[in-house]
Amino acid sequence: MASVVLRDVTKRYGDFQALHGASLHIEEGEFVVFVGPSGCGKSTLLRMIAGLESITSGEILIGGERVNETPARHRGISMVFQNYALYPHMTVAENMGFGLKNIGTPKAEIDARVAEAARILQIEALLDRKPREMSGGQRQRVAIGRAIVRKPKAFLFDEPLSNLDAALRVQMRTELARLHQTIGATMIYVTHDQVEAMTMADRIVVMREGHIEQVGAPLDLYRNPKNLFVAGFLGSPKMNFLEGRIGEVGEGRVLVDVGHGAPLSVPVSSRIDPGPVTVGIRPEHLKLAANGSGVLTGRVDVVEQLGNSTLIYVDLGGRAQVVAEESGDCPAHVGETVRLAVAPAAAHLFDGRGDVIPRSVP
Amino acid sequence: MTITATASSSLAERRETVTGRREAWAAYLFLAPFLLVYLVFLVYPLFKGFWISLHDWELVGSYREYIGFLNYEDLWYDPIFWLTVRNTLTFVALTVPAMTVLSLALALGVSRRTRTHGILRGIFFASSVFSVSVVTLIWQMVLNGERGLIAHLLRSLGIAPIDFLGHPFWAMPSMVVATLWWSVGLPMALFIAGLQQIPGELYEAAELDNASRWTVLRKITLPAIHRTVILVIVLQIVLQFQVFGQALLMTQGGPADRTRTLVQNIYHTAFRDWQVGYASAMAMLLFVLMFFVSMLQLYIGRRED
Repeated sequence: MASVVLRDVTKRYGDFQALHGASLHIEEGEFVVFVGPSGCGKSTLLRMIAGLESITSGEILIGGERVNETPARHRGISMVFQNYALYPHMTVAENMGFGLKNIGTPKAEIDARVAEAARILQIEALLDRKPREMSGGQRQRVAIGRAIVRKPKAFLFDEPLSNLDAALRVQMRTELARLHQTIGATMIYVTHDQVEAMTMADRIVVMREGHIEQVGAPLDLYRNPKNLFVAGFLGSPKMNFLEGRIGEVGEGRVLVDVGHGAPLSVPVSSRIDPGPVTVGIRPEHLKLAANGSGVLTGRVDVVEQLGNSTLIYVDLGGRAQVVAEESGDCPAHVGETVRLAVAPAAAHLFDGRGDVIPRSVP
Repeated sequence: MTITATASSSLAERRETVTGRREAWAAYLFLAPFLLVYLVFLVYPLFKGFWISLHDWELVGSYREYIGFLNYEDLWYDPIFWLTVRNTLTFVALTVPAMTVLSLALALGVSRRTRTHGILRGIFFASSVFSVSVVTLIWQMVLNGERGLIAHLLRSLGIAPIDFLGHPFWAMPSMVVATLWWSVGLPMALFIAGLQQIPGELYEAAELDNASRWTVLRKITLPAIHRTVILVIVLQIVLQFQVFGQALLMTQGGPADRTRTLVQNIYHTAFRDWQVGYASAMAMLLFVLMFFVSMLQLYIGRRED
């Protein structure tokens, strides 16, 4: 186990800058998830930590040691690849023990460590099989096992669940979280799936176009996104965004006109001037209001009943549409006109550049 | 109700049979051009060759006499035939392993998808497009005992030059070297195709697993291209058993028949001595020999799988 520190790390391919000065301190034993859309640089950053990509500038430290020039094999880290990357001509046991064999570990110790990893991952019955004789889920387990047996300083995961079906993905997600609790190792995990990030991470690193947008605990990012991108990326269904305008500015509070009903009163912690803003409201903070109350008015377009909750897509007129999340037995009907209430403290305001306007904590 | 159901199911069955038959016809139609070429240029000549080998058959004129397996019996007692079989086997035994190792080494060296590697691939493949006469001419110039490139080199080192093509020991290896240079391109291309199929992630995983380059070659690369290795070996066996042009043009089978090959012998017997029946019997044995060795190689390859 070791900490991983990135200091102003950049990556350039010819004229293309893939990574712009990433800095991050990952604590020993922490589970950090890099999340972002395709091409945001998350996999590049992971591969740079692994030593599979060179570093254009900046510094990477593993366990306090600078590893910029250290070849991948000497960095003491393990990686689980998206396509498993199991050696097709070796059995599961040989796959798992390959790394140890290469550094001259005695056979008895290799066997013991492979057996232990197989026990943790419940793949004891597969040890004599070849990768082609296994399902995707089993292969991924073996790939994780191969990473475990080496007792690395850190585990790197490059979208390891993206080739699995939905049910298996959920199951493996919990297993990985449990594995992290069991072995307590430093884990860095790359995914484009915000649900994986939210459910597994101690801390999430949201990335976009080679920049780290925000770093923080999942709920912290969910509740206090720094900008429109982070706000929109985390959460499913996505946060609703409405174009608005700050009208009246009061003491610790502003009135925002979103043009589809009464103005919203939003608490803010700093002084701001009137002007255009974007209002962000999470679906669970929009509720159907009783007749006569509520601030947004619109027509129900689609109702999705998910059992434990109901998603109501409401057209507010023009191109504006919002999603409200109600309880599972909500009696909404397509075509009816509804009024939606917003908890004012739950609304987020973003300025013209997309940066959040700090709210006052009630 | 039952009757209707039965009737409709039998109708469906009939429809299925008609569709099936139509699909079968379409398949045969697509296969027809290949089958036609295969029958006319491979199967027919093979049987015709066998038929001729059972005759005393002169090249020109109409003298054809059925003599059963007499040609095969004669072969058994023909010392020149056995000499050429031995020479051909020696040539195959020297060329095929060397060709496989050399082409694999070149492929490993130039398989990356970079511009430099692309140019190098082109250069290494270039010699394959030459005709055998050009290749043998080049190598005669290189190996000439008086004015050859190597003769100059040896002289400058103070060593007496060797007449490679006229030397009883060096003539065969010289032919092997020329053949390697000439036809290394195709097996190299096959190996490159095989190597480029191996996912890059495997090498990255091996790098993280601390595998040395030798271990990577042994444990990852070679097992992954195992089938290509078998393909290259079988193709080379089939090809090199038929060695002809190099022997005819470089050494004329000499010195003292040391490089006289089976196909050269067949050629001389048929077209110089006009004994087509006897030559066909030799060709049949060459076919059996090639078939047997290829099958053995395939069998070994499958067993290892």
